[in-house]
Amino acid sequence: MFEALSDRFNTFFNRLRGRGRITEANITEVMKEVRTALLEADVHVEVADRFIENVVTKAIGAEVMNTLHPEQVMVKIVHDELVQLMGPVDSRIPFVSSPPTIILMAGLQGSGKTTTCAKLARYCQGKGKKPLLVAADLKRPAAIDQLEILGQQLGVPVHAERDHQNPVRVCRNGVEQARKILADVVILDTAGRLAIDEELMQEVAKVAQTVQPHQIYLVIDAMTGHDAVNTAKSFNERLELDGVILTKFDSDTRGGAVLSVKQISGKPIKFIGVGEKLDRLEEFHPDRIAGRILGMGDIVSLVEKAQSAQSAAEAAELQRKMEKGQLTLDDFIGQMDKMLKGSSMKELLKMIPGMGRMMGEMDLGIDDADIRRMRAIVESMTPRERKDPRIIDGSRRRRIARGSGAAPDDVSGLVKQFLQARDVTKAMAGMSMRDRMRSLTQFANTAAAGGKIGKIKESTTKKAFRHQRDRRKDRKRRSR
Amino acid sequence: MGLFDRFKSALSKTRDKVASGLGLLGLRKKIDESVLAELEHTLLAADVGPAMTAKMLEDVRGAWTGGEIQETTDIVPFLKRKVASNWPAEDRELKMAPSGPSVLLIAGINGSGKTTSVAKLARRLQSQGKKVILGACDTFRAAAIEQLSVWAKRCDVPLVRHKDGADPGAVAYEACDAAVSRGLDVVLIDTAGRLHTQDNLMRELGKIQRVVNKRIPGAPHEVLLVLDATIGQNAIRQAEMFRTHVNVTGIILAKLDGSAKGGVVVGIREMLGVPVKFIGVGEGLDDLEPFDPAAFVDALFATG
Ligand SMILES: Nc1nc2c(ncn2[C@@H]2O[C@H](COP(=O)(O)OP(=O)(O)OP(=O)(O)O)[C@@H](O)[C@H]2O)c(=O)[nH]1
Ligand SMILES: [Mg+2]
Repeated sequence: MFEALSDRFNTFFNRLRGRGRITEANITEVMKEVRTALLEADVHVEVADRFIENVVTKAIGAEVMNTLHPEQVMVKIVHDELVQLMGPVDSRIPFVSSPPTIILMAGLQGSGKTTTCAKLARYCQGKGKKPLLVAADLKRPAAIDQLEILGQQLGVPVHAERDHQNPVRVCRNGVEQARKILADVVILDTAGRLAIDEELMQEVAKVAQTVQPHQIYLVIDAMTGHDAVNTAKSFNERLELDGVILTKFDSDTRGGAVLSVKQISGKPIKFIGVGEKLDRLEEFHPDRIAGRILGMGDIVSLVEKAQSAQSAAEAAELQRKMEKGQLTLDDFIGQMDKMLKGSSMKELLKMIPGMGRMMGEMDLGIDDADIRRMRAIVESMTPRERKDPRIIDGSRRRRIARGSGAAPDDVSGLVKQFLQARDVTKAMAGMSMRDRMRSLTQFANTAAAGGKIGKIKESTTKKAFRHQRDRRKDRKRRSR
Repeated sequence: MGLFDRFKSALSKTRDKVASGLGLLGLRKKIDESVLAELEHTLLAADVGPAMTAKMLEDVRGAWTGGEIQETTDIVPFLKRKVASNWPAEDRELKMAPSGPSVLLIAGINGSGKTTSVAKLARRLQSQGKKVILGACDTFRAAAIEQLSVWAKRCDVPLVRHKDGADPGAVAYEACDAAVSRGLDVVLIDTAGRLHTQDNLMRELGKIQRVVNKRIPGAPHEVLLVLDATIGQNAIRQAEMFRTHVNVTGIILAKLDGSAKGGVVVGIREMLGVPVKFIGVGEGLDDLEPFDPAAFVDALFATG
């Protein structure tokens, strides 16, 4: 969802890189375009303006112009500023020690509350908790039916009182019911209401007073424009929110609400809804989102995804190796392989630093055949070479190439790629934010400059690659 | 509240907002750069979007430097004239079949207000003496059919429904069929919410349109896209994408009774030529009004 923003940021950084000298004037000029991009993405105008101002001030303060790699310093400044806008947030639900934990859900009409209640119930189930859903939207026709159907799908009980019109009473009884059936969590689905509807706002405030929820979440549609922050602000004045859940994150919205909500309402985003299915609810992590916005990828999510495809022991071992910088070529290829099996390659690649940017330049054609080719290269190496590929010189390279049927360039390409990945993962795992940023950008830059994984294929079987890419395009066209 | 009272209170709400909310623009003084900056901020905050805001700002600047307007209080009337000239009255008419039933297809993303709008339209057309039938083509969302059938009962109009998960095309066909054989005037088709990025669901919508057309040549006579007034710039993409699958003829801007302004429709009219036909101003059956460009511009500048 952030392609548009991250493209703009990348053009911006590239342009800084291209300049021999960077002046205050041209930073300001470029930031004007960034402002437009932010506004197109529905970032609140006040937030956009403050963001630009902060970035420019910090850039001048950091004497970006005098550093060797101004664009890297800028990336860091922008990244930090983005994280600052969205965080800090603890996206876990603090379950209380004497259950049930009471969660009240509120929001405008049509924001996705009912579905989100069900998703949250399912999330709690995943944490080993037993939830109860309470149907307190007595306003929209058939809202109770909807929640009951969702509850059935999850095997979660639903408390509903069809003959009553008073949500306060239904919620109170719902919590009572939760105690009776020993539920750990009770989730109250309330009717949609406008923040300016005094009567209905009083009603929901009354619900809160009566049942004293431990957590109150506001559900907002991620496609909302400037009203997102007004809504968050007004609801917060009445309800003391604990957090916001953004829905419909799977749309192609540019996600301005993500950047604006915390800044203006003071309340963090805790979860994001990323699909219609009931398991499509994710915890919100500002640094990951900032990384994605900058097209630097989201290493942590990537690793998590890869991890879900392997055992916990394997994951721990891998983590240890990564921290020590002892990742081996075998691990590297094993990971690629797993990711390929795990989920959509393209989705995953976007999370790798620099890849987001590269995806724009070419459709990376990595598939099983590539993995096989890479594996063949590794298998033609001696154990010592695998352990420390830096010892691979010209004659070793030629030998490996012969053994695996690849071109010598492919061998060096793979090695280079591996070394970068190892450095990056090491930095990411153990180092300070500053160093983390530096290695990230370095990796992104070299990757963008040509040390790409896809290169292997490009040089050996350029034609085949093209051919395949065209085929893929064809397929896309046909499936329309 | 009676119709007249509601109208009056809505009007006074808008008027209060206009009077109190204009800030610099409400003070009578000479236009200067700070006024234009304020104007920009206001338009952006109303979701008009950077491109349209820049354009409107340019228009105002041109009129100012050209001497056509001088005072801050001239700005809103100027923009009103400008916008209104882009939104002719024909925009708001509903196209009806010259004879036989007319079909109105209602589409939009999840939760935008489709089902409620169908009910409101049914009530409105009914009050104009038209005989209406509803087609429950959202066979996907839990309890969607139930929801529409509650409305059908409240409006006292017939409803064609199949089971959950049934083919929406078949429901639409049967609704058209029923309208023809019973000599009804209007078929209102409620569809499932779908994101414009969900290609398969968008194609399904195209299929509903084709099926309807097969049963009643010339149908659907209107395809109305329901937009939530809180929507930001993504609405432009939505309108674009829906238009590649169905022949969108107009917009219903729902939930305009909240604090959201729905300014993005200005850009949609300008860039895609799709006009707003109705606005939704509440959750009740009577809360649908024809779009009024001048009042809309006023509201863009109102606070709250
Ligand atoms: N305040 C206000 N609420 C509205 C308006 N129109 C619809 N709603 C409310 O918005 C919510 C969603 O409306 P629906 O008509 O169910 O929306 P939909 O597009 O059919 O939703 P899905 O079928 O789930 O995609 C309901 O709670 C409606 O009461 C309006 O003009 N003003
Ligand atoms: Mg509906």
